[in-house]
Amino acid sequence: MRYLPKSDAERRAILDELGLASIDELFASIPESCRLKRPLEVPGPLSEKEIIDYFRARAAENAAGYTSYLGAGVYNHLRSVVADSLLQRGEFLTSYTPYQAEISQGTLQAIFEFQTLMCQLTGQEVANASMYDGSTATAEAAMMAARLTGRRRLLISRALHPEYRQVVDTYAGDLGLEVAELAFDAKTGQTDPDAARAAINDATAAVVIQSPNFLGVLEAVPQFAGLAQGAGALLVVAIAEAVSLGAVRPPAEADIVAMEAQSLGLAPSFGGPFAGVIATREKYVRQMPGRLAGQTTDSQGRRGFVLTLATREQHIRREKATSNICTNQALCALAVTMHLALLGKQGLREMAGQNLAKTRYAVEELEKLPGVRRAFSGPYFNEVALEFPRSVRMINHELQRERILGPLPLGPFFPEQTKRGLLCVTELHSRQDIDRLAAATRRAFESLGVGARETVSSPAER
Amino acid sequence: MAQPMSRATRHVSLNEAMLFEKSSPGKRGMELPPLDVPAVDAGQALGAEFVRDPVEGFPEVSEIEVIRHFTRLSTWNYAIDLGMYPLGSCTMKYNPRVNEFVARLDGLASEHPLQPAELSQGCLRILRTLERILLEVTGMDAITLQPSAGAQGEYAGIAMIRACLASRGNPRKKVLMPDSAHGTNPATAATAGYEVVNIRSDASGRIDMSHLAEILSGDVAALMVTNPNTLGIFEHDIARAAELLHAHGALLYMDGANLNALAGVARPGDFGVDVMHMNLHKTFSTPHGGGGPGAGPVAVKKHLEPFLPIPVLVEKPDGKLAWDARRPQSIGRLRAFYGNFGVLVRALAYALAYGPGMVEATRDAVLNANYIRKKLEDVYELPYQQPCMHEVVFSDARQRKNGVNTMDIAKRLIDYGFHPYTTAFPLIVTGALMIEPTESESRQELDLFVEAMRSIAAEAAETPELVKTAPHSTRVGRLDEVTAARKPVLRWKPEAR
Repeated sequence: MRYLPKSDAERRAILDELGLASIDELFASIPESCRLKRPLEVPGPLSEKEIIDYFRARAAENAAGYTSYLGAGVYNHLRSVVADSLLQRGEFLTSYTPYQAEISQGTLQAIFEFQTLMCQLTGQEVANASMYDGSTATAEAAMMAARLTGRRRLLISRALHPEYRQVVDTYAGDLGLEVAELAFDAKTGQTDPDAARAAINDATAAVVIQSPNFLGVLEAVPQFAGLAQGAGALLVVAIAEAVSLGAVRPPAEADIVAMEAQSLGLAPSFGGPFAGVIATREKYVRQMPGRLAGQTTDSQGRRGFVLTLATREQHIRREKATSNICTNQALCALAVTMHLALLGKQGLREMAGQNLAKTRYAVEELEKLPGVRRAFSGPYFNEVALEFPRSVRMINHELQRERILGPLPLGPFFPEQTKRGLLCVTELHSRQDIDRLAAATRRAFESLGVGARETVSSPAER
Repeated sequence: MAQPMSRATRHVSLNEAMLFEKSSPGKRGMELPPLDVPAVDAGQALGAEFVRDPVEGFPEVSEIEVIRHFTRLSTWNYAIDLGMYPLGSCTMKYNPRVNEFVARLDGLASEHPLQPAELSQGCLRILRTLERILLEVTGMDAITLQPSAGAQGEYAGIAMIRACLASRGNPRKKVLMPDSAHGTNPATAATAGYEVVNIRSDASGRIDMSHLAEILSGDVAALMVTNPNTLGIFEHDIARAAELLHAHGALLYMDGANLNALAGVARPGDFGVDVMHMNLHKTFSTPHGGGGPGAGPVAVKKHLEPFLPIPVLVEKPDGKLAWDARRPQSIGRLRAFYGNFGVLVRALAYALAYGPGMVEATRDAVLNANYIRKKLEDVYELPYQQPCMHEVVFSDARQRKNGVNTMDIAKRLIDYGFHPYTTAFPLIVTGALMIEPTESESRQELDLFVEAMRSIAAEAAETPELVKTAPHSTRVGRLDEVTAARKPVLRWKPEAR
């Protein structure tokens, strides 16, 4: 086997040194009754070429070649081959968690740079070295808020990503935290501040909103910060589309930001691996979960980096740790650091600007079709909920014939919104792509019998 | 000060500033295709209250500077690709390159998790095939690939135990674990709302069965056990422990961190385990990447299947695969989407490369650990004498007499060109040296390691100061961790003018 660096003669020689006849003798401590007495029934072995052929065949059974307008927490953005080639250096790829600082300075300095970039993006004072993803970062942020306030009630916007919400429910349930929902305004698509005002009380640990929210609409972060903090609660802001921070004001007033950094240089990869982030105020750092790299000096005064504040973590504090997280998403965080280094201040701004422009162009083109209107009036970045004259499912079925993955149907998440879909347009969609989407949607309408004068019942205000 | 060495030699390592210190206005490392639709003004599109200025302090560097920056940083790291990485319980084995290649294929890396299932059959088939292989290796009945890492797998497992017991009327209060347990075990039990109770280890380093029998009660939900345990010793009473637990209505959780000692040899499902996680970034070779991403699938017996996290992968009558989220007894969702898919692709590539031959990897891993035990047992104290499995634990008892502890020896190992072993863990061995060579080391590499360890033992006796002040050959010396924690500097800031 090509991965095993020993010949049979070498195995024999080692056995001789151990005074053993066979490797089997080393397994003598496993009782007979516990042993597997037959070969594993698994496919393989495969050579390198066979492995590649197998995965190419699987890849061909997916949606390669389709133009996708799906977002909803996973975004397709421009990535440079430079970052991926750097990422595959064995010194990054095949190193362990940097507990041994003297021979891990590369990883440690990169984490420190990642933490800095995340602070700059989110407007927060400290950021950790990564969480599993945006959803678990949101759940951990909510639990952190409960620890910090000593309160047990979470108020969660209905416009939080539904899968993030499910994750919060899972974790909160085991800790006995109470979860209540805040409605969103049917007209603007923003979380209803009046609902928040009515629900917040002295039992509230955190108000959790997302911006841009699941409906693509930006939330009024300062207003919710005021409402939460006025009652001694914390504001948690989740961010699923981090590229928005190239154009959108950062949630600096939030107490904790829980972010998914996937859109900053990571492939969609069928949902993972991604990189979650928790960023917060300096005064809350000792209740923050996850690893942290800190700057220090060695005996000769040279700058160096170490993992620090480990007294929060499981390997030191065991059952009293702030979280059970150990392995995080370090290599993904490194990919994000490389991507942002390349993109830089101008590139990020330009990318965000292109997203704004292309999404608006797509909305204009689609709104030329009968019965298509924006579903909500609130400000949006690169995702927009659109109202259609037929069910989104039926329209998408038609679009798929033309190798287009259309807007995400909102019906499964919000039963009242079956004719609404979430469209995501990024800098990777060319004008030609968008024109093709509009033309294909027009053809879909024709085959679904949509009349030329058809309108929607309640067009949103512009 | 440093001694001549056969394996490692110093070479020039380049200094490199922080990204932000290399920045100057107007530079960039990446360009976008020109905008082909009318530009919009961000302020007008979003409204004044929502728009931001360019990100303050963000780096501005060119492509070649980015290349050199990260290449230089990379040279400051040790890595499996450079040599043996003997971290106990971490299973730092070779990370095959073909796995990286296939995970990046167009049609896999490009796929969106919310695209229709009929256009995701290739991804789902990959997941299904991996599920089947992991069930065969573990001897369990059902599985979720969703957990992002071992600790999240533990959480899922304990949450399922809680849900199962709750469905029988009482979730109970306590989770038992041996004092040799990994730190995530108690942290997980606490996250899932349980009180942690430690069980003593007996003189052989195994769970003290009489202590277990003594503290078992109607309050106990589960025992969490790592097998082989963190001393590299197989818990040979595991089946009896399972019976005992089951008789008290409790369940047996196995931490599969050390599955590399068992794959193809013994299956947890055959010795009474009810639920277990495995770390694919250990046994199944996915790269550790400086701390992740990993994957921590959880396999369960039939009676725990209704509690698996949603969604569950199911096969329809027509043979097509789909996600089923309507499972009323589920513990819920652990994370968005379906897990670290890219990591799962790599794990499957690894499993397919070996096939049934993965037992050969297991056998070589155990052989290597015992070779090291044999070659070092005359110079380092071996607190538990029996043959080990995939890892061996020594103590620094002999070296401590000269004021040299396990951390000093570990740091000195760096000067010899090796990554340190795991220090001071498991906690039940004072001054532990926990060494796991894995199957990926050749005889030559093992011999170099043995030579280094023996040489350090001699130094500890003759020139202890040399060991206590190690490492001597690294870019930086031992770093001031106390100041780092007391006055944390956690981000770069421009120098005050």
